[in-house]
Amino acid sequence: MAYGEKVLDHYENPRNVGSFENANNVGTGMVGAPACGDVMKLQIKVNDNGVIEDAVFKTYGCGSAIASSSLLTEWVKGKTLAEARQIKNTQIAEELALPPVKIHCSVLAEDAINAAIADYQKKQTI
Amino acid sequence: MSEQTANKSAASNSAAAKAKQKPIYLDYSATTPIDERVVTEMLKYMGPDSHFGNPASRSHSFGWDAEAAVEEARKQVADLVGANPKEIVFTSGATESDNLAIKGVAHFNQKRGKHIVTCKTEHKAVLDSCRQLEREGYEVTYLDPMPNGLIDLKVFEDALRDDTTLVSIMHVNNEIGVIQDIAAIGRICRDRKIIFHVDAAQSAGKVDINLDVLPVDLMSFSAHKIYGPKGIGALYVQRKPRVRLEAQMHGGGHERGMRSGTLATHQIVGMGEAFRIAKQEMTAENERLLKLRNKLYDGVKDIEEVYVNGDMEHRIAGNLNISFNYVEGESLLMALNNLAISSGSACTSASLEPSYVLRALGRNDELAHSSIRFTIGRYTTEEEIDRAIENIRVAVEKLRNLSPLWDMYKEGIDLNSIEWAAH
Amino acid sequence: MAVYLDNNATTLIDENVLQAMLPYMAQVAGNPSSVHRFGRLQKDAIEQARESVAKLVGARAEQVVFTSGGTESNNLLLNGFSQRTAEQNTYGRIAVSAIEHMSVLEPAKHLWLAVDAIAADENGSITIRAVEKAMTEQTALISVMAANNETGVIQELSPLVEYAHQHNCFFHTDASQAAGKIALNFADSGVHAMTLSAHKLYGPVGAGALVIDKHLPLAKIQYGGAQEKNLRAGTENVPAIVGFGKAAELALADLQARKMHVLALRQALEKGLKNIGGVTIFAEKADRLPNTVQFGVEGFDGETLLMQLDRKAIAVSSGSACTSGKSEPSHVLKAMQVPDALANSAIRVSFGKNNTMSDVDTLLSALRDIIEINQHSPVMMASNV
Repeated sequence: MAYGEKVLDHYENPRNVGSFENANNVGTGMVGAPACGDVMKLQIKVNDNGVIEDAVFKTYGCGSAIASSSLLTEWVKGKTLAEARQIKNTQIAEELALPPVKIHCSVLAEDAINAAIADYQKKQTI
Repeated sequence: MSEQTANKSAASNSAAAKAKQKPIYLDYSATTPIDERVVTEMLKYMGPDSHFGNPASRSHSFGWDAEAAVEEARKQVADLVGANPKEIVFTSGATESDNLAIKGVAHFNQKRGKHIVTCKTEHKAVLDSCRQLEREGYEVTYLDPMPNGLIDLKVFEDALRDDTTLVSIMHVNNEIGVIQDIAAIGRICRDRKIIFHVDAAQSAGKVDINLDVLPVDLMSFSAHKIYGPKGIGALYVQRKPRVRLEAQMHGGGHERGMRSGTLATHQIVGMGEAFRIAKQEMTAENERLLKLRNKLYDGVKDIEEVYVNGDMEHRIAGNLNISFNYVEGESLLMALNNLAISSGSACTSASLEPSYVLRALGRNDELAHSSIRFTIGRYTTEEEIDRAIENIRVAVEKLRNLSPLWDMYKEGIDLNSIEWAAH
Repeated sequence: MAVYLDNNATTLIDENVLQAMLPYMAQVAGNPSSVHRFGRLQKDAIEQARESVAKLVGARAEQVVFTSGGTESNNLLLNGFSQRTAEQNTYGRIAVSAIEHMSVLEPAKHLWLAVDAIAADENGSITIRAVEKAMTEQTALISVMAANNETGVIQELSPLVEYAHQHNCFFHTDASQAAGKIALNFADSGVHAMTLSAHKLYGPVGAGALVIDKHLPLAKIQYGGAQEKNLRAGTENVPAIVGFGKAAELALADLQARKMHVLALRQALEKGLKNIGGVTIFAEKADRLPNTVQFGVEGFDGETLLMQLDRKAIAVSSGSACTSGKSEPSHVLKAMQVPDALANSAIRVSFGKNNTMSDVDTLLSALRDIIEINQHSPVMMASNV
């Protein structure tokens, strides 16, 4: 399968790889399953104004899954939670020019940001 | 440094990098390059001054020359595997041979019984032929191999029934390279008068085969897996006692009625030459390949969480199949894009399914998803193996740094304890 | 120097075709199903060839399924159609012309579906009346070849295809002999399937194609991989397919020139034959392939004639190469009501682009020698009685 330029770029030079220590201002989303061949872990650090000031990821999966999560960390930084929730898988798929068989990777990325936001918000209500 | 020298050194660096990037072919089980000696023989039957002609043309010397070349090649193919030339039927490849053997025997013997025994790790050409027979009302038992990929003879024997007419077991597996004990399986079949077919596409030229003594009734061969051309294969059909089958391709009655269609003389000649060379060079070549394979394995086996798939002892020299746990196979292929390798078999590697062969060995999904097949062959060099090892070590480390599963493993978390949301 | 006049059996690979194939025989390894660059290179080569083959017959690339040759294409069509029809539980019958190649007639005997024969007239043509006669309520597929391999008769397919459409019937044509010799247009013709063979048009043996309309019900007949849009399992014969593509490209570019060249040879031969006593040209009045002449010589045995010509280093055939091992009279001539004795004396001459006028002269003088000597031989005369 031939990969697009942007997928290759994010795959070769993934942005924002890493983990945050667990803290009250950190939201973690882990989606996917090893059995399906992809697991995505996305973490966001949210400031007092409700803006995502930093994001990191780790992904077990194909090149498109890695690129989708790398791109996502770039996009969510500086966005409010409400704005970040607006990111749709179709935008990611379009930006990376994912082939039809790889669309599920972008869906996983959308799930990951929503899960991270939900985790952060759960921490705030406790 | 002046701008010019800086540019120059950048250019020479990139040239060096490029030379280093020369791709390394380690996918010899998918297909092999044609040996130059084979091409030379083939060209004698293709060029303007060649002995071209339709070998079925009985009325002129063009046809006779072609026919003589076909018969010589038939002998060369037979010689490698200890068969009589009259027992070799040429086909368009091992896929057609498997189809002809399985459907041909099943159809011919349907009055005697409609039960077939095969194994879950067979090539798709065997499995899909069996599936078709199931649609036609046959019953098929798909055996589970042992975790090392070999067939448990007791389990095999228990699967046989009074209405079993055909057993089809491959000699060497295309993904994990394990060698089945076809002599033992064949003896059990003989005792029960069951016809035994062996797919030898991956074993001819790599493992000694002597059909003169082996209790095998039908055997499939491919040319392009042993440095011959694509588009040509053969089926061994034993003559004494005679194995009968129903033709699957009808027409001019070529190949004693078992396979119609104009014979591709140059391809047959190429297959013959490839088999001749294999007979001559197999022993020495196997020693060399084994050294290279062991070198490759030694170079990666100290990496944490590395598992070999399939038995290491009953295995062809050129195959190494490894799972790099917590690294996903497709991303590993991408990181190793300098190596031509495959995850699973070439015929399924465009799909996202984990290898069905590894699943049949009882490997869990993660390990099946993280498997890579390296197959070494005639043109592989020691230097290429060194570079491959280096590339693999870098890639696995990079991807594990990216892998949340690897972190969890390092933290001592049992992945099975987590409720994953399947998607 | 031997004279090869058996181009309907097989042709010599064109030098440019061979050159196109060589890189795929030597330097490049790679299975087209592999995802790495070696595999992708092979895949790209196949797709390029598919374009060229499609173009030769006025089809779209995605309609071309590569096979191991014309025989496999015909088997795939008949067996695959029959199986799919059976799966759908729509009973049907198939009508097949009596003058088809063995690779149509033989598989037709082994189908789930019943088969009816369409008769040929004495000119070797399949008329609409003959098709009507073979039709039943259940007929679901009609198969009539575009041009006959023995007589060279070109069928006028359009009324037959129109008839098939009117009767909700699918139509297949074996164009193995026609492709590269006369213009073909799959899209305009309305046929649903067309068989092609590479080695009849200066390509390599080992590659063929079935061109199919997507409405045609078709099941695969060889299992074990999803190659060729899941219609033909097995590793693709890349060099042969590349050669087929190049041969198709050249055939399209040179169609007219090749046609005129062989037609001139055929006309010269026919003129010469008429001056030899006892020669009958079969289907003389019919529209025939520009390169093919089949004739009988009264009082002669075809096999003997062939042997004597071979001794003079001239290669011709009696009919189809595939059946030339048998000494029965040709089924094609039989279908045309040619008397057995005359049919048994049949010789087929099929010219190719490499033949010259001097080949015609060589053949004519050889024929005159053989025929005239024998006609004066008392033994031969006796056997005529």
